Amino acid sequence: MNSSVTSIKLVLLGEAAVGKSSIVLRFVSNDFSENKEPTIGAAFLTQRVNIGEQTVKFEIWDTAGQERFASLAPMYYRNAQAALVVYDITKPQSFIKARHWVKELHEQASKGIVIALVGNKLDMIENGGERKVAKEEAEKLAEEEGLLFFETSAKSGENVNEVFLGIGEKIPIKKPGEQANEQSGLRITDDQRVDLTNSVNGPVRSAGCNC
Amino acid sequence: MDPESMDTEYDVIVLGTGITECILSGLLSVDGKKVLHIDKQDHYGGESASVTLSQLYDKFKQNPISKEEREAKFGRDRDWNVDLIPKFLMANGELTNILVHTDVTRYVEFKQVSGSYVFKQGKIYKVPATEMEAISSSLMGVFEKRRMKKFLEWIGSYEEDDISTHQGLDLDRNTMDEVYTKFGLGNSTKEFIGHAMALWTNDDYLHQPARPSVERVLLYCQSFSRYGKSPYLYPLYGLGELPQGFARLSAIYGGTYMLDTPIEKVDYNEQGKFQGVQTKLGHFRAPLVIADPTYFPEKCKSTGQRVIRAICILDHPVASTNNADSLQIIIPQSQVDRKNDIYIAIVSDSHHVCAKGHYLAIISTIIETDKPHKELEPAFQLLNPIEERFMGIAELFEPKEDGSKDNVYLSRSYDSSSHFESMTDDVKDVYFRVTGHPLVLKTRQDGDN
Repeated sequence: MNSSVTSIKLVLLGEAAVGKSSIVLRFVSNDFSENKEPTIGAAFLTQRVNIGEQTVKFEIWDTAGQERFASLAPMYYRNAQAALVVYDITKPQSFIKARHWVKELHEQASKGIVIALVGNKLDMIENGGERKVAKEEAEKLAEEEGLLFFETSAKSGENVNEVFLGIGEKIPIKKPGEQANEQSGLRITDDQRVDLTNSVNGPVRSAGCNC
Repeated sequence: MDPESMDTEYDVIVLGTGITECILSGLLSVDGKKVLHIDKQDHYGGESASVTLSQLYDKFKQNPISKEEREAKFGRDRDWNVDLIPKFLMANGELTNILVHTDVTRYVEFKQVSGSYVFKQGKIYKVPATEMEAISSSLMGVFEKRRMKKFLEWIGSYEEDDISTHQGLDLDRNTMDEVYTKFGLGNSTKEFIGHAMALWTNDDYLHQPARPSVERVLLYCQSFSRYGKSPYLYPLYGLGELPQGFARLSAIYGGTYMLDTPIEKVDYNEQGKFQGVQTKLGHFRAPLVIADPTYFPEKCKSTGQRVIRAICILDHPVASTNNADSLQIIIPQSQVDRKNDIYIAIVSDSHHVCAKGHYLAIISTIIETDKPHKELEPAFQLLNPIEERFMGIAELFEPKEDGSKDNVYLSRSYDSSSHFESMTDDVKDVYFRVTGHPLVLKTRQDGDN
């Protein structure tokens, strides 16, 4: 039996078309689609994984295209415990952009955030494509900045689960009781926080006012 | 993606990322419209943003203090999210309804505001939240409490279709003053109901039909009973989270966002109808535009009202509030010999809007004299000592026309009311003008969660 579930907010960053959503789709539903349209209508995706005794629930936030014109809101980084910074190993420009996102995360995100640098599209090299970002170069960046580092293929699934397991292992697990009560479905962590969707207490059409 | 490779044709262009525009952008994207949303500033929120302390100094002070001095006094800049316009959400109000229906509640966490207070004869009194508090409250005498109870019971049991519940009153013909008279309520109770519950900022309502006042009291009571401490809610990290949340909704449904992109020119066709904008990233076309008044000043007129707002930083809770972490104080106009009420909205570090140990109090009122800062004196006295204050005057604007002639649909400036009900009225009004049909909220359908 798992004693508790820890929720982890994970944000995705990286240039358009490097495969951010594909990595998540592979992780969440073990699926891949060749010409994936940008995701429409999903607030965020969730996936649970077991790490030892612990169940970790990833809440994965997609940029929804707001990174394109430097229009990501501070809300996006708010309370993120993990980030995937994704680049395409066949596109040097996307690696330059990845450096930028790592810097941005250090400035904007919470101090303890766990960042994984992910070079995607390994399958293209295995099929005769040319690698344009050396593994050593990425490893060097990861070491300097204290990042986890993986090379993946969302298409074949290679190394994708390892990224999330790696992150899950690195995030300090809270003891039961420190976490919001998950079973009730209410986002209440102290007496004054409220869940707007909770209709147990109301709305009441009466002079419920006690004045 | 390169600017060159992006789409240049849209169904709607929205200018300004204030909360009104962001809600409209989100609703239209969910409706399947292709939306381009632009802001000339480099952050979300427009006039309804929450800003950091350094941004606040830049905006209000001619000689900003040094970074070192600021940090020594107030800590890290990133811990501050200071609202430019003070408001709370009514727990049972329309904004709450929109948040729930659009699922934007997933991105924003809310806390109850701890209490609502009203100023009377130099002191502040808590608006009672429980029957116990009501019995022990010294706001009104025993007999007056009984009459007040009868009045609230009438409002609670009023059914439009059941004339026996009306007790002989007609909400569209009788004035609110006549309603008060019927229940034998005295002047100070009238003031309490009209200003602390119906949240009217002056006494004009007394001689108008009772319906809107009765609806406001009912909204107050329903909001109060929903969570129990006050009728108000406040988002963690400040009101600026709301436009961001709705912008994310829009983006998730395909909306395109460009911040830090001033409008260089607005294009019109031969009939004088809007057809697009020019920016540093190129030309973008759409058959209509939605914007806040700052993007089309020539198409707006003054409402005749000017609001003064004073943002105060305190290092102590407000006296006589039982160290409340958040509260509203209403200073009714008659108590300080004015025509309009003075509001104070207070939040603190427990809402992640300021560094630990600090409180933010924002005072606002409609200007009546040529020395507006003096008009706020009764509020300053309740808050003293004040570590730092930032004062600004805003003229309120509204569109001259409804937009049907030129397809330029404009919203109104944010008013001096203490909640978002007039803002959501404006959202519905613009939505109706743009689409030709009233806004019907549908629950968002997603596969996940």
